[in-house]
Amino acid sequence: MIYGGGVDVGSTQTKAVLIDGARAIVGRGLIETGANVTRAAQRCFEAAALAAGLEPRRVSCVVGTGYGRYKVTFGDVQVTEITCHARGAHFLFPETRTVIDIGGQDTKAIKVGKSGEVIDFSMNDKCAAGTGRFFSAAADVLGMKLDEIGAVALRGRDPVRLTSVCTVFVESDIMGYLAQGKKPEDVLAGVHRAIATRTVSLVRRVGLEPEITFTGGVARNVGMVAALEEKLGSRPNVSPDAHFMGAIGAALLAVERAEAGAVAKPEAVQLRGWEDGR
Amino acid sequence: MIVVAGLDVGSGGTKCVLMDSSRKVLSRAAVRTRANFEEVAREAFEEAAAGAGLKTGDVAYVATTGLGRYSISFRDVQITDITCGARGAWFLFPATKFVLDIGAQSTRAIRLQEGGRVREFHCNEKCAAGSGGFLERAARYLEVPVADIGALSAGAPSAQPISSVCAVLAETEIINHVSDGATPDRILRGVHESLADRALGLLKRVGYDGGLTLIGGVARQEGMVQAARLKLGAGVNVPDHPHFACALGACLLAFQRLARRHPETGATIGRTA
Repeated sequence: MIYGGGVDVGSTQTKAVLIDGARAIVGRGLIETGANVTRAAQRCFEAAALAAGLEPRRVSCVVGTGYGRYKVTFGDVQVTEITCHARGAHFLFPETRTVIDIGGQDTKAIKVGKSGEVIDFSMNDKCAAGTGRFFSAAADVLGMKLDEIGAVALRGRDPVRLTSVCTVFVESDIMGYLAQGKKPEDVLAGVHRAIATRTVSLVRRVGLEPEITFTGGVARNVGMVAALEEKLGSRPNVSPDAHFMGAIGAALLAVERAEAGAVAKPEAVQLRGWEDGR
Repeated sequence: MIVVAGLDVGSGGTKCVLMDSSRKVLSRAAVRTRANFEEVAREAFEEAAAGAGLKTGDVAYVATTGLGRYSISFRDVQITDITCGARGAWFLFPATKFVLDIGAQSTRAIRLQEGGRVREFHCNEKCAAGSGGFLERAARYLEVPVADIGALSAGAPSAQPISSVCAVLAETEIINHVSDGATPDRILRGVHESLADRALGLLKRVGYDGGLTLIGGVARQEGMVQAARLKLGAGVNVPDHPHFACALGACLLAFQRLARRHPETGATIGRTA
């Protein structure tokens, strides 16, 4: 059996996925990226191989993606996360025409063709509003965990109106609302609503063609999924593997390359830089 | 002699200036802004009155400005910080054509017309990039006290350029620079230069061509002044108390309103409250 690996080195977390020739996901790895990006990529890949019960060298081709893709020194090729998210979303939801990818530090809207190819994209990496960093800051101010704020936001009945979505100002806005006696769920509902409005305006730049698939770490936030649904008028596709989507797309590309013979015979593959990077 | 107060309730600090009818500043007071604007404003007002050897009841007219200007119940009038900053800067430097006000949460570029009045302005108020908040956060990551930012930056041998525009995303970049061996002074200098670059963008939108006065709390930092003179022109004026410029402008406008109300004397009225 041929195996392909995808390693998605994000600003916050690194994700690795292994896919076999039958296009089944056989292993996943997830670790915090931290300061040593190359090491994070290696450890994450090893974790995915371990989960799959495979020796790392059995993986014929590894595709690196994400902002740290050039630090995947053992990878055979690097592909942008735009291409990988489009491929991953198309693989799990074949009718996907629009991908909304919200990660730790940026937001992307991708227009996807019938075979999962990228037609157009729009990206905001200049402002932290709406990214994982934004929601972490909001959670910190409220003394909550990042993975609980979405569910709290769903309980809000009277969402507050924010004057700005700047991460810095939202911190003080939240404190101001709490001081006025607003409930945390109403504050969070307002925060999610404001971010969904902003996100949808980014997506409009590439069009809003259904089906829409929501990927990236922020897709695990149920409050954000609900807020986007409200603004979009329909529920976006969200996979339990939403945050692995880039790595899944990369692994699919790796399997294809391996099948096309674009890499050396599996037994001869040397994971370049694998030893010296440890 | 009539005495008026200018109270500038900003997002970072609340500043009060007392002025007499000869346009002489009698006292200044600054308090860190808290959630209760009214309470903070009263504190600053009382401190300024005490500094001038007066009681607050001796003050004939109170003009408020800044973010919290509507929250102050004892005001006689509220005036935007744009109008006040323009007037204050023009009073201090009569040749001023443009004013750049860098505050804790927003940066404003103002183009003046004759008489220190506002012709047009541009703000960045929805985003912390280019404001004092950016500096405060940078100092926090670098574990440098805010009071030391200005001198450290001014003494830096060179700037470590900061490419992130967003105050939050710059955190990651700054951490990377630190791990690559950049020292806090060079990073802070880079932040000051980045603020000056952002300010230039705002100023260009109001037709900037020199004659700039820099005001606001961030202008107290020597490194910011140097960066402004590097990026915005060597002739940038900076007053001695740049963070009181808006409160000063509020005093001047208060006298203007008093004179309009009582054109003959301007001197016969007291507080009606």
